[in-house]
Amino acid sequence: MLKKVFVVAVLVVFAILLFRSYGLMDAGTRLNPVATRYAQDGPEEVGAANLVTAVIVTYRGLDTLGEVTILFLTASIIGFFLASGSHQEPRSAQGTGTSEILQTAARVITPIIFLIGIYVFINGHLTPGGGFQGGAIVASGLVLMLLANPGRKVSHTLISAVESISGISFVILGILGLILASGFLDNSILGPGRFGTLFSAGAIPVIYIFVGLKVGAELSGIVSNLQQTTKEDT
Amino acid sequence: MEQIDLSHIAITAGILLLLTGLWAILTQKNIIKMIIGFSLFDTGIHIIMVGVGYVRGKTAPILDEAVNLQQAAREVVDPLPQAMVLTAIVIGLGITALMLAYALRLYQKKKTLDVKNFNDLKW
Repeated sequence: MLKKVFVVAVLVVFAILLFRSYGLMDAGTRLNPVATRYAQDGPEEVGAANLVTAVIVTYRGLDTLGEVTILFLTASIIGFFLASGSHQEPRSAQGTGTSEILQTAARVITPIIFLIGIYVFINGHLTPGGGFQGGAIVASGLVLMLLANPGRKVSHTLISAVESISGISFVILGILGLILASGFLDNSILGPGRFGTLFSAGAIPVIYIFVGLKVGAELSGIVSNLQQTTKEDT
Repeated sequence: MEQIDLSHIAITAGILLLLTGLWAILTQKNIIKMIIGFSLFDTGIHIIMVGVGYVRGKTAPILDEAVNLQQAAREVVDPLPQAMVLTAIVIGLGITALMLAYALRLYQKKKTLDVKNFNDLKW
C-alpha cells in the first residue's frame, strides 16, 4: 500500500515538473545561432545535403567515434558475459521446424533487406539515413535469417573481421584528416564533388560506409550471441 | 479555434510516454516488462528532444530542391537535436541489449524473471 502511494507520488512530481517546464520546451519561430551557422555554412564547408549527417560525421565526428566505441563495448561485454559460464554442449538443433512460408520468404527478402541497408548507408549524406540506420537494417536482415533457420551458425570470425577492419579504417580516415586537412575527421581529404550527388561531401560517404559496416557487424554479433545462448538453454 | 501546434503534440506525447515508462519501471514485477519500461522512457525523451528542435513551419534539414540553398537557415528546422537523438537512440539500443543479456543470464540461474525472487542483496 505504502509502495503504491510512493509510486503515485513520484509519477505526480515528475508530471508536474515536466509540464511546468512546458514553456521552456516551446518550439521557436527561428533557428538558434549554432543551428544557423550549421545551416548557412554547412553546404559550403562540408558539402552534405543532409545537415544532420554533416553535424554527426564532421562537426561532431568525435562524438560519433565515441558512440561507435560504446556500441563496440556493449557487443564485446555481451559476448564475454554470455560466453562465460555456459560450458554445456550445444544440443543439436533438431527439427524445431519453422514454417515453409517463413523459410521461403526469408530466402527472397533477406538479400533485398541487405541491399536496402547498404543503399541507406551509402546515401547517408543525401537522404534521411546514414551509417547507424543502414547498419541496423543490415542486422535486421540477419535476424530474419536466424528466425527462419534457428539452427544456423553465424561466423563470428567474419563478424569480428568486418568490425575490426571498418573500425580501424574509420580511425585512420580521422587521422588522415589531421595530416592532410585541418583536423581530426575533417572530410575535405577527398574532393568536395558536386553538391547533391553521390560523390560529394568529401570523405563522408566513405566514413559512413565504414560506420554502417561496423554497426551492422556489431548488432549482428549481439543478436547471434543472444540467439546461441538461448538455444543452448532450452 | 486555435490550431494545435505540432511541437505541442510531440512534447505532450513524449511526456506521457516517459511517465508510462517510469510507471512500468516502478511497478512491474517481470524483468522483461521493466526493460520495456526503460525503452518507453528512452523513446519519450527522444520525442521531446526532437519536438524541442522543431521550428514552426520549417522543413526537414535536408537541402534538396525543396530548400533554397542561399536561405537555408530560414527554411529548415534545427539539425542539432536530431543528431543528438540519433546518438541517444544508439546508446539506448546498447543499454537495452545489455539489460536483455543480464535478464537472460538471471533466467538461466534461477529459471524465473520475477524480481521478487531476486532478494540476494536484501537484508
